[in-house]
Amino acid sequence: MNAHTVIADNHIAHPRRDIVPLLLPPLVALLALPMVGSFGTWVTLTATALAMGMIIFVAASGLTLVFGLMDVINFAHGVFLSMGAFLAISTLALLTDWTAVDSLWRNVAALCVTAIVAMCIVGVVGLLYERIFVRPVYGDHLKQILITMGGMIIGEELIKVVWGIQTLSLRMPATLQGFFMVGDAAIEKYRILAIVVGLLVLAGMKWLFDYTKIGLLIRAGVQNREMVESLGYRVRHLFIFVFVAGAALGGLGGVLWGLFQQNISAHMGTQLMELIFIVVIVGGLGSIGGCFIGSLLVALVFTYAGFLVPKLALVSNLLLALLILIWRAQGLYPVAKR
Amino acid sequence: MNDPMLSLKDVHTHIGAYHILHGVNLDVPRGKVTILLGRNGAGKSTTLRTIMGLWQASEGHIHLNGRPIGGMGIQLSTSSIAREGIAYVPEDAGIFSDLTVAENMILAARGSKTVDPQRLEWLFELFPAMKKFWHHPAGLLSGGQKQMLAVSRALAQPRKLLLFDEPSKGLAPAMVHNMISAFQRLRDSDATILLVEQNFNFARQLGDFAVVIEDGRTIYSAPMTELAADEQLQHRLLGLSADAHH
Repeated sequence: MNAHTVIADNHIAHPRRDIVPLLLPPLVALLALPMVGSFGTWVTLTATALAMGMIIFVAASGLTLVFGLMDVINFAHGVFLSMGAFLAISTLALLTDWTAVDSLWRNVAALCVTAIVAMCIVGVVGLLYERIFVRPVYGDHLKQILITMGGMIIGEELIKVVWGIQTLSLRMPATLQGFFMVGDAAIEKYRILAIVVGLLVLAGMKWLFDYTKIGLLIRAGVQNREMVESLGYRVRHLFIFVFVAGAALGGLGGVLWGLFQQNISAHMGTQLMELIFIVVIVGGLGSIGGCFIGSLLVALVFTYAGFLVPKLALVSNLLLALLILIWRAQGLYPVAKR
Repeated sequence: MNDPMLSLKDVHTHIGAYHILHGVNLDVPRGKVTILLGRNGAGKSTTLRTIMGLWQASEGHIHLNGRPIGGMGIQLSTSSIAREGIAYVPEDAGIFSDLTVAENMILAARGSKTVDPQRLEWLFELFPAMKKFWHHPAGLLSGGQKQMLAVSRALAQPRKLLLFDEPSKGLAPAMVHNMISAFQRLRDSDATILLVEQNFNFARQLGDFAVVIEDGRTIYSAPMTELAADEQLQHRLLGLSADAHH
């Protein structure tokens, strides 16, 4: 930004950053190493957890911004995920020429087309959903819960009408099936792809929030919506943009999660919402950085606990949330509200 | 020339079941500083928020440059009112704590990617702390520095009218002194200002006109020199004792 460079750098104090939350995911991973025992197994588990964490981050980032900017609780966000996964099935079915051949670039191109189709369609659905369901209930949390719960049920039933009630299988393109061996660790190829996509989304968001005015406005609106209006900006337009982008990212998250799970049902997204809500709360409502760290932590704890003590896998995340909220009641990176 | 920049005629405001403003009348002349005075709870902040459209006037008329912006029959949105050329600094300064000072200033420069460098230099002269803490999250600034940032933000671009809600509130005496000198320079630049203030010493040094409201009604409106010269009137209208003058 030009304004950062308008003034000479002498006599300017530079702040220190809060890096403690950043250290938590590597700390959890290192603590798990002696418990898992085998280094190869630990690498496999960690790669799985990182892929899962990235997917949760993609799916949760829109939800946390929607809540932070307009205090809107959207329980139907899970439907956007399911819809993304089902759209992936339909799109990939049309692209079998590209997915069945043993060509990496064609396979990746098929997935790119799938992701774009899912994001566009789910984004449009998000736009209509905001207009029909969310707009009438701004500022009323009880009605939001009821309306968005209703939206979730309707959305799931509509998915069943279009794609049927049975669980469908989402097949991975040819060259992305199987795994690499790194030493004695097996890492599925797709998990690397999921991590790369998650990092690209993170980089895109970092760019949006740090280097564009619309990103600045979103960050400011999450903190003090009224003041953003008082500066002459229309927060409603900003919110529609965030809601649609959040829905589209939910669609992308659904594509990624569908390929990760391979078996897809209409309830898939709603089931993942349990983890997503934990991530949003643990990260700090409206905080993208917190959402990212929270996603990695939840996925790491879930994966290691699932391996070590399978019965504790889901409870482990509630325990994680409890510990973090005792430490930082507003989440890892609390957003300062007015 | 004598048309006021801002004019409120018999403005009423309800917030939920509460009737807060019962008929506020005030004119803000161009290029002058008008001080809105009154005891705690008189409705001063509500008046500014009603002007900005943050609360809607249920009766009366609000005109900016002769054009209606709020009241009976019309209510522009807050963002539209700001776009008409009004800058507003709320009582809590309204800064974005997680954004840096630089980012707060960039947001104030609507329609531009940066603050005009000459204007920025002028603001740094007014408030040198803004330069020192340019890359700091605004939440780390002291109370006085936050107020300075809020005022700087309101001045980031030329505006027709500036609304300030108690910029001296909670500031140390030295900081109040700095703020007074900054506002005096602002006044000398012919800015049009409506300032809510409880600190009469601050108000007396800056104001061209004084408007006093009580229980949501305008009860006094006159040149500041008149109110400043009459201690009995100050005592009756504002509950001030002689100590307030020192």
